[in-house]
Amino acid sequence: MKTSINQFPGSNRDRDMIAAITKISGATPQSVWHSETELPKSDLIIIPGGFSYGDYLRSGAIAARAPIMDAVRSAADAGIMVLGVCNGFQILTEAGLLPGALMRNAGLKFVCKQVNLKVENNRTNFTHRYEQNQIIPCPVAHHDGNYFADSETLNKIESEGQVVFRYTPDTNPNGSINDIAGIINEAGNVLGLMPHPENLIEADHGGDEGKYLFESALHPMLDTAA
Amino acid sequence: MITARITVTLKNGVLDPQGKAIEGGLSALGFSGIGSVRQGKIFDVELDAKDDNTALGELNAMCAKLLANTVIEDYHVEIL
Repeated sequence: MKTSINQFPGSNRDRDMIAAITKISGATPQSVWHSETELPKSDLIIIPGGFSYGDYLRSGAIAARAPIMDAVRSAADAGIMVLGVCNGFQILTEAGLLPGALMRNAGLKFVCKQVNLKVENNRTNFTHRYEQNQIIPCPVAHHDGNYFADSETLNKIESEGQVVFRYTPDTNPNGSINDIAGIINEAGNVLGLMPHPENLIEADHGGDEGKYLFESALHPMLDTAA
Repeated sequence: MITARITVTLKNGVLDPQGKAIEGGLSALGFSGIGSVRQGKIFDVELDAKDDNTALGELNAMCAKLLANTVIEDYHVEIL
């Protein structure tokens, strides 16, 4: 299982992600700079959190058009697993690899806190090591996590199991529509979520509930190859 | 050189928490009768193009590819 981590100017959770993947898989992931046009052979591509390009224009907008993203798009189209966390989720929506958009938090403030997430769909390659409807704690740290999609898109993702993580209603930190915290694409190989599972993988983090997302992704159950 | 102004605004029905905060700020300053405030972005672009039509084609492509996120935003291009 080879993992690649894409780095953009302004990525700042990349090293947390590298540490998490290294601890969980025993292998150090490959780092890929945004100006590359090809990815090394990868079974899992991760776009980490941060503030790529200073969040200029819109969060993730400029990174979504970086040279490496053409390679990510081709890999995603071929069924390779792609995970976007926080800014990575914003980049995937801006790139059109996931539906909807992430807007300014409803409370207008940057939020850095722990929320509770409900696993809405454990029948994915990213979540099969969770129980269906399991509630897990997870940290969030973002300014633009307010998920929005038009009603047609929302109906589709809700009815087809594409909403994978939802904030418990009492901990929705950003006004996200339907308390959506993470979604998966139709094919089931591209997941984006605002919370940071890489910051909850061992006892020193206060819990290891985030680890199961990576353990799921590193041991996929379903064949998503296109 | 052609100068154009691109205006990007949130689509109708998309919640605009920043506009709401500005609206509250104006009310707090004593301005009354405000129905609503929606905020957006303006880009002034100078470009070389052989005529306005060519420029408009380029500018609309810029909006669709980068300047606007058409999931949540509308755009308007005007040659100045």
